[in-house]
Amino acid sequence: MSTTHTQTAVATAAEPDYLSCSKGWKSWLLTLDHKRIGVMYLIAISASFFLGGLFALALRLELFHPGKDFVDGDGYNQLFTLHGAVMVFLFIIPGIPAALGNFVLPLMLGAKDVAFPRMNLASFWLWLFGAIFFVFVLASGGLDTGWTFYTPYSVEAQTAVIFAATGAFILGFSSIFTGINFIVTIHKMRPAGMTWFRMPLFLWGMYATAIIQVLATPVLGITLLLLIFERVTGAGIFDPHNGGDPILFQHFFWFYSHPAVYIMILPAMAIVSELVSVFSRKPIFGYKMIAYSSVAIALLGFLVWGHHMFTSGQSKLAGAIFSALTFSVSIPSAIKVFNWLATLYKGSISLATPMLYALAFIFLFLIGGLTGLFLGTLSTDVHLHDTYFIVAHFHYVMVGGTLFAFLGGLHYWWPKMFGRMYSARGSAIACLVSFVGFNVAFFPMFPLGAKGMPRRYWYYLEEDFISYHQLATVGTVLLGCGLLGIVVVLLKSLKNGERAPANPWGAATMEWEAASPPIHHNFHHTPAVHDPYDFGDLRFDPAQGGYARTSNATATATH
Amino acid sequence: MTIANQVAAPPHVEEHAAPRAPFIAEHFEGAEHQFESGKLGMWIFLVTEILFFSGMFCAYAVYRSQHPEIFSYASQFLDSTMGGINTVVLICSSLTAAWSVRCAQLGQRKGLILTLALTILGAFGFLGIKYVEYSHKFHDGLLPGKYYHVQSEAVADVGLDASIPAATEGESHEAAPEPAHDSGHAPVEGPEPANVKIFFGIYFAMTGVHGLHVIIGIGVYVWLLVRAIKGHFRPDYYGPVDFTALYWHLVDLIWIFLFPLLYLIH
Amino acid sequence: MSHEEHAAGGAHVMSPKVLLGIWGALIFLTALTVWSAQHDLGRIDLVVAMGIATIKASLVALYFMHLRYDKGFHGVVIIGALVFVFLFVSMVLLDRNQYQADIDARTIELEAR
Repeated sequence: MSTTHTQTAVATAAEPDYLSCSKGWKSWLLTLDHKRIGVMYLIAISASFFLGGLFALALRLELFHPGKDFVDGDGYNQLFTLHGAVMVFLFIIPGIPAALGNFVLPLMLGAKDVAFPRMNLASFWLWLFGAIFFVFVLASGGLDTGWTFYTPYSVEAQTAVIFAATGAFILGFSSIFTGINFIVTIHKMRPAGMTWFRMPLFLWGMYATAIIQVLATPVLGITLLLLIFERVTGAGIFDPHNGGDPILFQHFFWFYSHPAVYIMILPAMAIVSELVSVFSRKPIFGYKMIAYSSVAIALLGFLVWGHHMFTSGQSKLAGAIFSALTFSVSIPSAIKVFNWLATLYKGSISLATPMLYALAFIFLFLIGGLTGLFLGTLSTDVHLHDTYFIVAHFHYVMVGGTLFAFLGGLHYWWPKMFGRMYSARGSAIACLVSFVGFNVAFFPMFPLGAKGMPRRYWYYLEEDFISYHQLATVGTVLLGCGLLGIVVVLLKSLKNGERAPANPWGAATMEWEAASPPIHHNFHHTPAVHDPYDFGDLRFDPAQGGYARTSNATATATH
Repeated sequence: MTIANQVAAPPHVEEHAAPRAPFIAEHFEGAEHQFESGKLGMWIFLVTEILFFSGMFCAYAVYRSQHPEIFSYASQFLDSTMGGINTVVLICSSLTAAWSVRCAQLGQRKGLILTLALTILGAFGFLGIKYVEYSHKFHDGLLPGKYYHVQSEAVADVGLDASIPAATEGESHEAAPEPAHDSGHAPVEGPEPANVKIFFGIYFAMTGVHGLHVIIGIGVYVWLLVRAIKGHFRPDYYGPVDFTALYWHLVDLIWIFLFPLLYLIH
Repeated sequence: MSHEEHAAGGAHVMSPKVLLGIWGALIFLTALTVWSAQHDLGRIDLVVAMGIATIKASLVALYFMHLRYDKGFHGVVIIGALVFVFLFVSMVLLDRNQYQADIDARTIELEAR
């Protein structure tokens, strides 16, 4: 009712944007607007990220010298556990889908909102509720089981395992709600004319992610519930002292947590697919293959969980099967990389900050992905398992991959979210510092691990290891500086950044047809569906400082 | 039956021209769009439920395949009569839930209120019987893990009726509190196998989580009942009734598997 | 009955006959599974019980849950979920059956001490 009213009466008059259309904390915390929920998620996960980052910094500082600097073994165990748990459960899993995805997904569909706005808000509230449990954990004895909660130690540990497991359980619900919402939104809210294969690839990535969230997360839920049950009653399902089976726990855990790795990386790939095309001003190469490979990664990701258990008592047969299946995931991953490279080829590349992150992603993901092959191979994994090699590998994928793509997406959509341009030079420098810092921090860990330094040790004796550790610590500090620089640049833009045009990058997806920042209902008129990667009729308009379509005709190109 | 008269569904709501019905959220195109979206959402939620329970079925399968002796020994302590009655109760409640959807679709308000109330009644019946069963288990010390301390009279009890068809087990449990007359009976299944408590861990985990779903179902059905009494549902708006029924059928489905897996082990 | 009832939007309405028929079948199958459990069927014991349960589950899904008249995609969704459950349970069972021998050997070793 109100929409028809707005469309006719106020048509083009300056309608307040979603940030200023209503005021007061209630208008935020009780909002059903996907954009505001996305922004709240963005603030919340960023805060968690910096908390997790502080733990990481503390870890690295402790490791600067062998021997005790300021924490002992117990303190160190807590630090790496809390670093892992906060980063995984509070930051990286909700990260891109809940913060950026929530904001962008309905806009990309030309829709007013996600299919279930209340459930979307509930998802955020559950996130907060789960986060409160993690605060309890910090306040009540910490957690030292590792983020994986392996039994039997998690049954015996004197730390706040039950709080942490409950928190992760609740966060799982939050993730499931996002997943259900995105699947239904993509199925049911696409505008007329946007067929599956005319969707932006970001939506394909979100869809594939949502499949995993829906299929895998419940298994984590029951695993944590049974773990709590085991701790309270000693039921004997996972605890060998009571006749239980700790390897069963690992199967349960990794049935979720391996696919969860793809909850982390698929949205990152989805962002990069957008960035590479827009900043090469060239249609994405191999659209269908990228789309299919997202879904393929989501499904194949369920077949390989046993590669986390090669050295933990899993049978040789299962190990061999899982090792063989693990390689299958590399096929769709490589397809994506080749397609991005082919898109760059002969493109008219603009090195705007989002593109810098996209290029950093491709480089870092390549290293992360290729070192994964060593770990997926049964025989080499036996040597490398639980060493710093694996720490380096998954940080290259999660930080080099997910974090850098997240930052790329953030810089890409920042003008849309807040209506301000940030300093191009400042953000490029911050990106570069982060990139260098990241590599200095994590690349030394490959040789360190190959030489035999085990992960999760607070102490190391051999003089061989010290130079690597010190280099890594220096890199971590540098990375921290880069990240702080990003925060400064972005926050500064809110205060005195230039007003952003509707389409600063010349992208062809629908969110750029909305104002920057968008109005409460996103669009004055539902925009026409165009080919998301056809930049032909987008021209730079100096009057606006951004791009505009030269024709308003409905796009005719098809894939 | 008067149903034939009610066949004629009201004319389809006019799509755009007419003012929108108040129950349609503004980001949907119309009633059907909203209903279809909600339904897909519910089915996907059911997927998460299936995978949630699959963890426990997996644990069950692992232990039963490796330790069948624990299962065949311990399941004698479960009361298959009560389990059977509860299966029937839940099936009846599933029937009324399915019927409530029919009533809502046809706009039969009284029928809707009645079937919703009957569904809630069935749910309470199920929980009541479950409560009786649980209190027997607590009394007999048939509990998970460290709380497992089986009482000798409970063992004797099972020994007593192991030779009698399973259907009469229920009566013998009623006799359990009187330990006077069971002195002559020894358990026929031989000595207790190791780690019987694992069975009770799995039993309480599975039936407990299932019971929790029943409780949640009651909550939702009470909400539906209130809305039905207020007359919120109409033939072009009955999504919540339909979706909740789907959930309720799934809870029934899970029990359909739990019953033979836990109670009917030879 | 040739004239099927339809609600607004073309949704299928279950006739009382079908509802009661399915209910009756479910009750009968419950009785059957209890009855079969009282007879020693040997190794096919579990197969029979699970077979009956699966039939019951299919009846509930197809009729009470309207899956038979519903969009095909909803069926695909549920079948898909079951495929993943199968994958999960079967891989874990396969592995456990393989390493059970290690557990047994260790148990014997511990008992010998």
